[in-house]
Amino acid sequence: MSEISRADVEHLAKLAHLSLTEEELDRMASELGVIVDSVKTVSEAVSDDVPATSHPLPLTNVLRDDVVGHTFTAEQALHNAPDSEDGRFRVPAILDEE
Amino acid sequence: MSEHSSTDSGDDLICLTAARMAQKLRTGEITSVELTRAHLDRIAAVDGGDHGVHAFLHVSAEEALATAAEVDAVRASGGAAAEALHPLAGVPIAVKDLIVTVGQPTTAASKMLDGWMSPYDATVVTRIREAGMPILGKTNLDEFAMGSSSEHSAYGATRNPWDLERTPGGSGGGSAAAVAAFETPLALGTDTGGSIRQPGALTGTVGTKPTYGSVSRYGAIAMASSLDQIGPCARTAEDAALLHELIAGHDPKDATSLPDEVAPFADAARRDDVAGLRIGVVKQLRGEGNSDGVAARFEDTLDALREAGAEVVEVDCPSFDYALGAYYLIMASEASSNLAKFDGVRYGTRELPEDGPVTIERVMGATRAAGFGDEVKRRIILGTYALSAGYYDAYYGSAQKVRTLIQRDFEAAFDDVHVLVTPTSPVTAFRFGEKLDDPLAMYLNDVATIPANLAGVPGISVPIGLAEGLPVGAQVLAPVREDARTYHVGAVIERLMQGQDGPLWAQVPEPTAAATPTSGE
Repeated sequence: MSEISRADVEHLAKLAHLSLTEEELDRMASELGVIVDSVKTVSEAVSDDVPATSHPLPLTNVLRDDVVGHTFTAEQALHNAPDSEDGRFRVPAILDEE
Repeated sequence: MSEHSSTDSGDDLICLTAARMAQKLRTGEITSVELTRAHLDRIAAVDGGDHGVHAFLHVSAEEALATAAEVDAVRASGGAAAEALHPLAGVPIAVKDLIVTVGQPTTAASKMLDGWMSPYDATVVTRIREAGMPILGKTNLDEFAMGSSSEHSAYGATRNPWDLERTPGGSGGGSAAAVAAFETPLALGTDTGGSIRQPGALTGTVGTKPTYGSVSRYGAIAMASSLDQIGPCARTAEDAALLHELIAGHDPKDATSLPDEVAPFADAARRDDVAGLRIGVVKQLRGEGNSDGVAARFEDTLDALREAGAEVVEVDCPSFDYALGAYYLIMASEASSNLAKFDGVRYGTRELPEDGPVTIERVMGATRAAGFGDEVKRRIILGTYALSAGYYDAYYGSAQKVRTLIQRDFEAAFDDVHVLVTPTSPVTAFRFGEKLDDPLAMYLNDVATIPANLAGVPGISVPIGLAEGLPVGAQVLAPVREDARTYHVGAVIERLMQGQDGPLWAQVPEPTAAATPTSGE
């Protein structure tokens, strides 16, 4: 089984901004090991000379004219905000004040 | 429902195809207000309560009736405006709650978006509004469309109208169950790995995943952007084709939408010619892995096609064995990136950490911990892992190469045959909880539907009969941009397999009767 430790999951959760409980960390570590084992066979199926496909259709550089279109008003944009002030999103401290 | 005793006029109205409803509206036999009210009554009767179908997260009676009244007024006025009405004008529809709507909440079945109101309509919603289709409400799904049973909804699972103790599949279980239970004749779904087709199979209805880019994805909350596709849920291939024609076409707001003309899909669904068709059966998806009942109905279908004059050959698609692994790596990677926007800053819920300093980083962590359910967290972690330094080439990189191999397998197959057919789902509807604690068992539900998403090809699921009393579906796949072929062959199979009792969609048991205990509790 793939070695995915509790510490690995803790690191991934930090990268993903996800506060997991102790119980979730344990459970995810074992579940992730099983899932990764089942999907890692993909690396056995391919060789270096196979190109990667990132998108099902070969559309490239879809451009439009640079013209002013409809945009939301500040009111519309802030309507669903958890907190706002003076027509802006209000957020908690960006820097840790320790 | 024809064999049931309930024969009031409301039931007569709702147990029809969308095409037939549209015809009755055009001839003035019924009004859209009558039709819409009949569906709202049906929703009130079967959707709620402890044993209800629970296909809807939100019902919008007032808005639907207002739209219906407008269409009725235009039709009654006669003249050019009435002539110009869309063929589906006045036919009600439901919308998967992953697709954003002005005036009705959109939750993605997540606590993260509880109470969120979209400031804009998805392009498909604009299209159905312009066509005068009353929107009955928003349907249930697995949270952010992540799941194959609708059990991962933060607002409770949807029940399968064929057996209320079983799931309707997922993620679009709500849309499929609503169509199956006569709560709506049509619904919109989204399909990233099978979320329209697999619930279609499990509920005895029809579901289409169009060619990637055929339908604008603007306003569908993204899970995996290179796989997601909006499509129709319906009772028949013809109904699905009618809705597909309405929602297809280029949209400047979705740079990945195809600039092509929309083909006449409904005409394709009315064709019944079979002779000369060369149909491929994917070797990798035919045998083991399918339940006995599914395998038996599928072989019946192949026999019927042969008897009707089609040539049926087996096709080898060796890379399909790796499709599930490639899908889960690509989907999780894209999902972990797409879901980064739910951070408690601009919209959605905000949760403060229980203790310690209230910094934005800790607020994001607490918000995402409280707002996302287990399966969403699992996929975010898996995606973050697959994209992280040191693993990227082996996992995400290899998965993208497998995608190339799958496209090549499809190309080689379609050089030889017109369409491919497979069972849509390896099993019929399963019981609640049966696969909930085993992510891998749940993922296997999508083994036959996933290759189409990876390659961008169109697919339809149509009913082919019952196994132990539960619906079985067959999937028809065609080359990119050849959606018309899926409707043609899908409709052919639908007619060949409908049996002596008529179409499967008309035989669903009455959910209220099944839900009512026979003795007092």
